[in-house]
Amino acid sequence: MLNVQIDGVWMQFPRGTRLIEACAQANKFVPRYCYHAKLSSPGNCRMCLIEMGMPKMGPDRKPVLGTDGKPEIAWIPRPQISCAQDVAEGMAVRTDSPMVRDCRHGVMEFLLINHPLDCPICDQAGECRLQEFSVDHGTGGSRFLENKVKKPNNVEVGPRVTLDAERCILCTRCIRFMQEVAHDDVLGIVDRGSHSTIACHSDRKLDSNYSLNTVDICPVGALTSEDFRFKMRVWFLKETKSFCTSCATGCNTVIGSRENTIYRQTPRENNDVNSAWMCDYGRLNFHYLHSKDRLMEPVLKTKDGHEIATWEKAIARAATELKKYRGEEIGIIASGRMTNEELWLAKKLAEALGTTLHDIVPHFAEGDDILLSSDRNPNTRGAQLLGLASAIPGEHLGAIADGVRSGKIKALLVLGEDAVEAGIATDLLNLESLIATHILPNATTKLATVLLPGSGFAEKRGSMINGKGRLQRLNRAINPPGNARDDWEILRDLILAVTGHNGIYMIEDVFKQMAASVPQLANLSLSKIGDLGVQLPT
Amino acid sequence: MAYVVPRPKLTLAEKLYLPAIVAGLAITLKHFKKALFGKGNVTMQYPEQKWDASLPEHYRGAPTLVKDEHDRERCVACQLCEFICPPRAIRIKPGEIPATNKFAKVEKFPLEFDIDMIRCIYCGLCEEVCPEQAIFLRKDYSITGLTRAEMVHDKAKLYELGGVMDGLVHKWNPKK
Repeated sequence: MLNVQIDGVWMQFPRGTRLIEACAQANKFVPRYCYHAKLSSPGNCRMCLIEMGMPKMGPDRKPVLGTDGKPEIAWIPRPQISCAQDVAEGMAVRTDSPMVRDCRHGVMEFLLINHPLDCPICDQAGECRLQEFSVDHGTGGSRFLENKVKKPNNVEVGPRVTLDAERCILCTRCIRFMQEVAHDDVLGIVDRGSHSTIACHSDRKLDSNYSLNTVDICPVGALTSEDFRFKMRVWFLKETKSFCTSCATGCNTVIGSRENTIYRQTPRENNDVNSAWMCDYGRLNFHYLHSKDRLMEPVLKTKDGHEIATWEKAIARAATELKKYRGEEIGIIASGRMTNEELWLAKKLAEALGTTLHDIVPHFAEGDDILLSSDRNPNTRGAQLLGLASAIPGEHLGAIADGVRSGKIKALLVLGEDAVEAGIATDLLNLESLIATHILPNATTKLATVLLPGSGFAEKRGSMINGKGRLQRLNRAINPPGNARDDWEILRDLILAVTGHNGIYMIEDVFKQMAASVPQLANLSLSKIGDLGVQLPT
Repeated sequence: MAYVVPRPKLTLAEKLYLPAIVAGLAITLKHFKKALFGKGNVTMQYPEQKWDASLPEHYRGAPTLVKDEHDRERCVACQLCEFICPPRAIRIKPGEIPATNKFAKVEKFPLEFDIDMIRCIYCGLCEEVCPEQAIFLRKDYSITGLTRAEMVHDKAKLYELGGVMDGLVHKWNPKK
């Protein structure tokens, strides 16, 4: 550990700590634009200037000690940047001296010289570092009388990212992100002096699957998301900590919603899962929750078509349908997109019905070596742990398909999947009863005897286990539309209707029950999972 | 510290009280005579007659949206008024100005702008907070309707009430 004096207080930091981080840990936040903890430090914005000193050395090359027994400091007479400097033994820092204040004041003035006054139409307003530090360290007015430099604005640098070069302060965070994290070096600075502009390679587009992270790290409103552009001001958004359910990685996210509408998803730092990034595919994969086609009412098949029913009637009908058959005549197709709680209840239902023929539908697509996993089911590991799927997910689907085709299986329960797509296509009409839950209509739900509308990932609580065995928690950001219900409640009601008892009232109880019988989950509860998740023992 | 209210010294006439009553009755009589011969105008027949001409400059009536001298919608849908509105009467849905529009430089405009006049408390904070000088409380005070829906002023109604306001904001004008 190294001794460092920060604003007159001696503290200890491990070797290799960035000075800017050391100051932050000492609760002396140093403003910064170009510095990002996950990227290299070019030191080009000059916002993090501080006053630095080293111990005064005597003729014997030993620090001169002051009257208090601590080394005397020789202050360097000019400011230093704290972002490209590691702490050293005996180093001293002043983060709020008159020189530092003057520096910040001057740097702010320089940065604002060519910055347009379009905060009212800028999506970054409200979470803009330039606004924040301008309030803290800037002046109210401008002394700049000349004409501002005009640069291109509203430029589509990529299919999902729009550039407004006038707002850019050339911190190069986006360039470094594309180089160092996305490994797709398409951004750079062109032109000189005050005409310098961020630009994309002329033959390329900023079309990487990680392009929207540049929007997150942009400290100003230069890069904005085409998807979120002008949709909602950020200060209206309710932020719910959740994680992405588009693949088995489970990147931690913040869901920004206002009055039952999700406007954006942004990554949340979790060094054990996704660092501070997430892919565009996962980030934008929430619009289906607001689809006009969402299933909102339970639907029963009648002799002459379909009718909307109450939940009581629908559950009762589903239970009578299921009770008609023996265990081996029933098949269950669950989903790797269900939470652990739902999978656990599905397993309980399977036990109550006496069926052993159940599996999940595997979804695989091309992954990459950054974050995107090839397993697009967020909870394959959970389904395996809770016994709904075997080591090879989907290996029993063939048996279910055969059973349906031969007429051995008379009733099929499809939970949040499309059985037609899973290969049980034309044979579904053979079934005497088909009970389906889903959030959107598909080929299976159209054929369902009983259709029960469930809820999407942002509309429910629950836990999932990602591809690396980390247990993470979903939180509810918005309510399910219409009469759609939490999936775990649907399954609980089905179990209740089939067996006549259970005694579960809250999702916490489901987890408690699950934790009591699954050794890997022992001593855990929904609240103990926390915001960053828990690594399960293998 | 106790504060003693200074009481005025009253003259005998004032103490007697009677002269005041007589003076009062004389005024009543004067108005009675005027009314009797149809000369006076004591009652204002609202709503046929209105006080509008005498409303002070700072009067705060219904909030309205205004256009500028180039027929440009001043509002850029920054939603600050929606944020500040204490009774949450304002609802804005922002949109993007298409690149072909002559005001494309402004980029953003309100697709929908609703003020629920049942909720509005005429506080004027929306006018105060507006960075584009687009919303003004004009002198319309008699906002009535037969249904709740009718009491929600949409964008068309707000521009109809607001009209045009010259000058004020020049930043979107083409540079000379």
